[in-house]
Amino acid sequence: MNGRILVPALSGSIFGAGLALGGMTDPARVRGFLDIFGDWDPTLAFVMGGAVLVMVVAWQIQPKLTEPLFGGGFALPGTQDLTPRLIGGSALFGIGWGIAGLCPGPGIAALVIEPISAAIFVGAMLAGMLLARLFERNA
Amino acid sequence: MTLAAYPDAAPLAGLIGGVLIGLAAALMLLGIGRIAGVSGIAARATGLADSSLPRTSAWAFVIGLPLGALIVLVAKGGLPANFASPVYLVIAGLIVGIGTRLGSGCTSGHGVCGMSRFSQRSIIATLSFMITGIGTVAVMNAMGLDVLP
Repeated sequence: MNGRILVPALSGSIFGAGLALGGMTDPARVRGFLDIFGDWDPTLAFVMGGAVLVMVVAWQIQPKLTEPLFGGGFALPGTQDLTPRLIGGSALFGIGWGIAGLCPGPGIAALVIEPISAAIFVGAMLAGMLLARLFERNA
Repeated sequence: MTLAAYPDAAPLAGLIGGVLIGLAAALMLLGIGRIAGVSGIAARATGLADSSLPRTSAWAFVIGLPLGALIVLVAKGGLPANFASPVYLVIAGLIVGIGTRLGSGCTSGHGVCGMSRFSQRSIIATLSFMITGIGTVAVMNAMGLDVLP
């Protein structure tokens, strides 16, 4: 098994474990965080804070590498344009996130925790992604 | 560890989980030079997006997510999971799918990977979905819509 499979498999597993450990696979925790006018649960801020702290360090190391450790070159987003599409799409995502307390990572990770509910969410999410793709092709 | 003002919060578990997520994202960045954005990777795996990430790599990451959660589930002997009813899950899933594609990312890509890079786009995107997420929960609460059990 080469690094192109092993690295993402390991990364996805650590990511999924982190989501579950941090309580993010429970929509009640996520909605609790978004409920700032009600019974607020700050747990998500600690999850986001911990993840961002580690990644701030990783972004300092990245420019020092000429090539990723397992090769394949760096393919990183370069654009800095603030478009209506970016802001509108993100705003739309937030509405869906608020309705059910699920975003893509926890939805997929929860497939082993609450299989039917998670599968319904993930199926609908993929359908939404397909709709976005069809819309863009015809735009 | 608990917070006096918020007895239900799990700050230490959250911080440890967050550090793991950060390490996972750092592994993708420094290991194979890619962003650990779940919406983009899921779209890539299922053929709903084009990217330079090989599809086998995308599938490896996507399959890893529930495997990692399974380890925690088994180790802890269960995890709380309060999910909305199917109708809400379908509506939310559709909106999340469309929104993350148009917005080029979600909580992981923009929130974790982009904000830590001080990307202006990701900071604005994260502010956008945080504001509408908070607003959605507030409006639903005001309407008396109790979606979780």
